[in-house]
Amino acid sequence: MASKPRIKVPKSASAGEVITIKTLISHEMESGQRKDKDGNPIPRQIINKFTCTFEGQKVFECDLDPAISANPYFEFNAKVPASGTFKFTWLDDNGSVYEAEAPIEVK
Amino acid sequence: MKRLLIAGVVMAAAFAGSGPVMADPVDDTLEIDGTPIVTRAKAPEGHPFDEVYSGWLFREAETRDAERDSIENPGMIAVEDGEVLWNKVEGTAGKSCASCHGDAAESMKGIGASFPKWDADSKKPINVELQINKCRTEQMGAEALAFNKGGQQELTSYIKYQSLGMPVEIDLTQGDMQAWWEKGKDVYYTRMGQLNLACASCHEKAMGKFIRADHLSQGQVNGFPTYRLKSGLTSLHQRFRGCIRDTRAEQPKAFSDELMALETYVTWRGTGLSVETPSVRQ
Repeated sequence: MASKPRIKVPKSASAGEVITIKTLISHEMESGQRKDKDGNPIPRQIINKFTCTFEGQKVFECDLDPAISANPYFEFNAKVPASGTFKFTWLDDNGSVYEAEAPIEVK
Repeated sequence: MKRLLIAGVVMAAAFAGSGPVMADPVDDTLEIDGTPIVTRAKAPEGHPFDEVYSGWLFREAETRDAERDSIENPGMIAVEDGEVLWNKVEGTAGKSCASCHGDAAESMKGIGASFPKWDADSKKPINVELQINKCRTEQMGAEALAFNKGGQQELTSYIKYQSLGMPVEIDLTQGDMQAWWEKGKDVYYTRMGQLNLACASCHEKAMGKFIRADHLSQGQVNGFPTYRLKSGLTSLHQRFRGCIRDTRAEQPKAFSDELMALETYVTWRGTGLSVETPSVRQ
C-alpha cells in the first residue's frame, strides 16, 4: 500500500505568481463494491479527503468518492503571496492520515 | 473558387514538403526532476554508430513529456511498489533487501548503470533480476522470483531508478565478459525467424525509418524496465522475446544464455547514455 506521497511544487516563484502543484499518492482505493473469491464483499477503503494548505490557509480541498480510481492524482494552481510551506493531507477510511509538505521561496 | 484553388495548391505544397517517411532523432533535451539525462552520447570504440541515441528521442512529444515529469510517468508507480518490496521481510532468514543493503538511494546508486556484471559463481553474466534471485536464495532463504512474477519488475525498476541519470558503462574486463559480449554480438547480427530478421536489420540498418506505425530507434536498453503505452511495465527480456516473436522465430527463454549474452552486448551498445528507468515508450 501507500508509500510516501509524491508532490511537485516549484522551489521558487515570484510574488503573486500562479504556480502549478501536482500530487500523487499510491493507494488501492478499494471501492467496497467488489467481492473476493469466496463471494464476500471486500470492505471499502479509500482516501476520502484531500486538503492542501499554505501557512494555515486553505488552498484546495476535495472529498473523494469510491468511483475514483487507484493512485489519485491532483493537479491544481495556487497563487503564492510570500515564502512559506504547502502542507498536504490525505485522509484514509481506516483513520490513517498521510501527510507531506513542500517549501516555496518567493523572490 | 479561385481562393479555394490557391488553398489547394498551398496544401499540396505542404504535403510535398513533408519529405520521405523518416524520423530522425528529435532535437530535444531531457531533464527529470532536475537530473539531466544524457540522450545522445559518443559511441564507444568499435561501435557501428558514431553517436548513440536514447529511444526517447524517437518518441512523440506527448510520450517524451510523460517521461519528463516523474509525476505523470506511470512507471513511477512501479518504482514505489518496488520500494515496498525492498523493505519487505521474506524467507527463512527473516531478512529484507534493506536488512543488508540499507538505504537503496545510497547502496544501489550506480547498480543500474553497471549491470550486467560477471558472476564468478555461475561463470556467467548476471543482471539485476538474477542478482535479486541470488540474494533471495542465498541470503534471505526465500524462493527465487519467476520471470516477471512476484514483483520482479517492480523491484528491478526501484533498484535501477537509483541510478537515474548516471551513464551506462559495463566492465567487460571481468571474467569472460568479453567472450559473452562476442556471443551477444553474434546473436545481434544473426538473422532469424520466418521474416529472416536480425536485431541489426531494424535497429542498425533501418534506424529512424517508419515501420508498423512506429519510428525505429537504435533499440537501446538504458530505460528498462520501461513503461510501454501499449503493455504497461515491460522488462528487458520480455522486450527481447517480443522482438524475436515478431521475426516469427522461436523465442529463447528469459535469462537463457542466449539472451544474457544479448543483454551484455546491447547494454554495451548504449554506453554513455543515462539510465532512464522507468522510461516511457510507445
